Amino acid sequence: MKTVFTRTPTLKDCLTHYCPGCGHSIAHRLIAETIDELDIRGRTIGIAPVGCAVLAYNYLDVDMIEVAHGRAPAVATGMKRTNPDKIIFSYQGDGDLAAIGTGEIIHAAHRGEQITVIFINNAVFGMTGGQMAPTTVLGQTTATTQQGRDAANEGYPLQVSELLALLPGAIYVERCALSGPAQIQKAKKAIKHAFELQISGAQGLSLVELLSTCPTYWRLSPVKAMEWIENEMTKVFPLGKLKDESQRPRISV
Amino acid sequence: MSERILMCGNEALAEAAIIAGCDAYFGYPITPQNEITAYMSKRMPEEGRVFVQSESELAAINMVFGASATGKRTMTSSSSPGISLMQEGISYLAGAELPSVIVNVMRGGPGLGNIAPSQGDYFQATRGGGHGDYRTIALGPSTVQELVDCMPLAFDLADQYRIPVVVLADGILGQMMEPIVFNKKPRRSLPPKDWALTGAKGREQNIVRSLWLPEGSLEKHNYKLQAKYQQVQKNEVLCEQYEVDDAEIIVIAYGVAARIVRSAVKKARQEGIKAGWIRPITLWPFPTMQIAKAADELSIFLVVEMSMGQMVEDVKLAVAGKVPVVFYGRAGGGVPSVDQVLEKIKQLTIPVKKQ
Ligand SMILES: Cc1ncc(C[n+]2csc(CCOP(=O)(O)OP(=O)(O)O)c2C)c(N)n1
Ligand code: SF4
Ligand SMILES: [Mg+2]
Repeated sequence: MKTVFTRTPTLKDCLTHYCPGCGHSIAHRLIAETIDELDIRGRTIGIAPVGCAVLAYNYLDVDMIEVAHGRAPAVATGMKRTNPDKIIFSYQGDGDLAAIGTGEIIHAAHRGEQITVIFINNAVFGMTGGQMAPTTVLGQTTATTQQGRDAANEGYPLQVSELLALLPGAIYVERCALSGPAQIQKAKKAIKHAFELQISGAQGLSLVELLSTCPTYWRLSPVKAMEWIENEMTKVFPLGKLKDESQRPRISV
Repeated sequence: MSERILMCGNEALAEAAIIAGCDAYFGYPITPQNEITAYMSKRMPEEGRVFVQSESELAAINMVFGASATGKRTMTSSSSPGISLMQEGISYLAGAELPSVIVNVMRGGPGLGNIAPSQGDYFQATRGGGHGDYRTIALGPSTVQELVDCMPLAFDLADQYRIPVVVLADGILGQMMEPIVFNKKPRRSLPPKDWALTGAKGREQNIVRSLWLPEGSLEKHNYKLQAKYQQVQKNEVLCEQYEVDDAEIIVIAYGVAARIVRSAVKKARQEGIKAGWIRPITLWPFPTMQIAKAADELSIFLVVEMSMGQMVEDVKLAVAGKVPVVFYGRAGGGVPSVDQVLEKIKQLTIPVKKQ
């Protein structure tokens, strides 16, 4: 029989704790495949967030650290500055990166830290029970916006990637969606590009935002959840490259 | 460098850290320790090492967390309000057992307080400071030379026990100039950092974490930490004792307050009062045994602090009610004078003599 699909070695052979249809599992696989294709397992260090992906080190077979909620970009800074030859990536949810850790991500990008950030935007705090995230869309009901998010009270959804793309220290920012095979292929390409930039020694931060399903707290089936990304989320969070300065020359003053 | 040179405490401790092999410094400016950050910004790159001015103390301590996890010697420094902001990170460092050195050049509090010297952060430094069941080693040097000597010790202790070490100085010690010598002591023999994150080349993955979810696993981890803390208590207590054997009164103080006490006790001796001192150098582990032993022999303790009374609680625990423990302290930038301490010694000893 011809083998058409195998588990990539960096993705451990085990069950995950993720809910059925959760985007985190897909994101993990894309990262693991990238690490194996680029043959960097032996020099990669990953940073797991506080959020549903807090146990990412149980699934990704690379050296990993679990850090305080939102602080991953500061931890990554400490790692990369002392180990410029290592490949450092952080994996962060929207509560982690866009709420409690806004300061850390903005300043890591601002300093142009040569790290890669995988940003999982599922429009809720999954781990704590589906509360509003800064990325929750208007009208979306969550545990803490039971009548739907209202701009007058909770503000508008926060487009962090757009904000980050404004900073000279961010060299590559792209938003993709884990909403179906074609989009997932695009996401894989973006993730690989972000890692390749770091490997090449490019002078700045690379970030890929992934619109990702949370069927449990969206109260949708896995298939409907993917449709909701395409139909609703992408209206607020348009897909595509926000910035790619991979050709930017090395600066040293 | 073995000749005597004149340096302020902040710069001297920074150079001592460099000599001790500090690979990376991360910090955010705050008075009265700005000289450390400025000095490091110049000297670390000269040595080919890492300096980053972070965007906050939250970030600084997490940069320490990251660098330490890869096996590097790393430190940060701040003053009281900044150290409060670091407590989350220190708790994570303790939980994940990451070696690290945190210098606190204490200032007056609570809140923004003022920028005057203080010893108001003793509780925070010796009780853990952040959430959860943990301890940090806390060192309380009293001269610039001792500050210099305690930096290599702090890094060694951190590496040996995989523990955060707090160096408690204060605004006076940080700012004062004193002649010092950078003694190059050999490092302790330290365990290999085979737990460090270096990329899992040719080996299984390493994981650094403070999360223990399976039932019973965190309690097990807590017992492991406690066993380590007991080793620290058994092996690492440092304190100085002076004329304790025949003393009727022993004055206990640490850091800059101990310098005042030293002068007051010497004056008291000249006036025929049998006074002595005990000066804890490690604040945690606390010299409980030494104080308990002294409590069997004398009639009273006086504790002097630049706070409203924090270390006095540890003294009381050590003395366990055997003899009275009296406190004298000033806070918010107030510094006890030699005469004030001497007066207190007299008040406490004269009635004793009359008996
Ligand atoms: C300091 C701190 N505050 C709050 C929490 C509780 N908490 C854990 S995860 C989380 C939000 C996670 O949401 P997100 O980052 O979007 O991740 P997701 O679970 O959605 O993947 C919160 C608030 C915490 N662990 N630490
Ligand atoms: S709660 Fe949502 S984000 Fe968390 S595992 Fe379940 S589906 Fe995924
Ligand atoms: Mg989320």
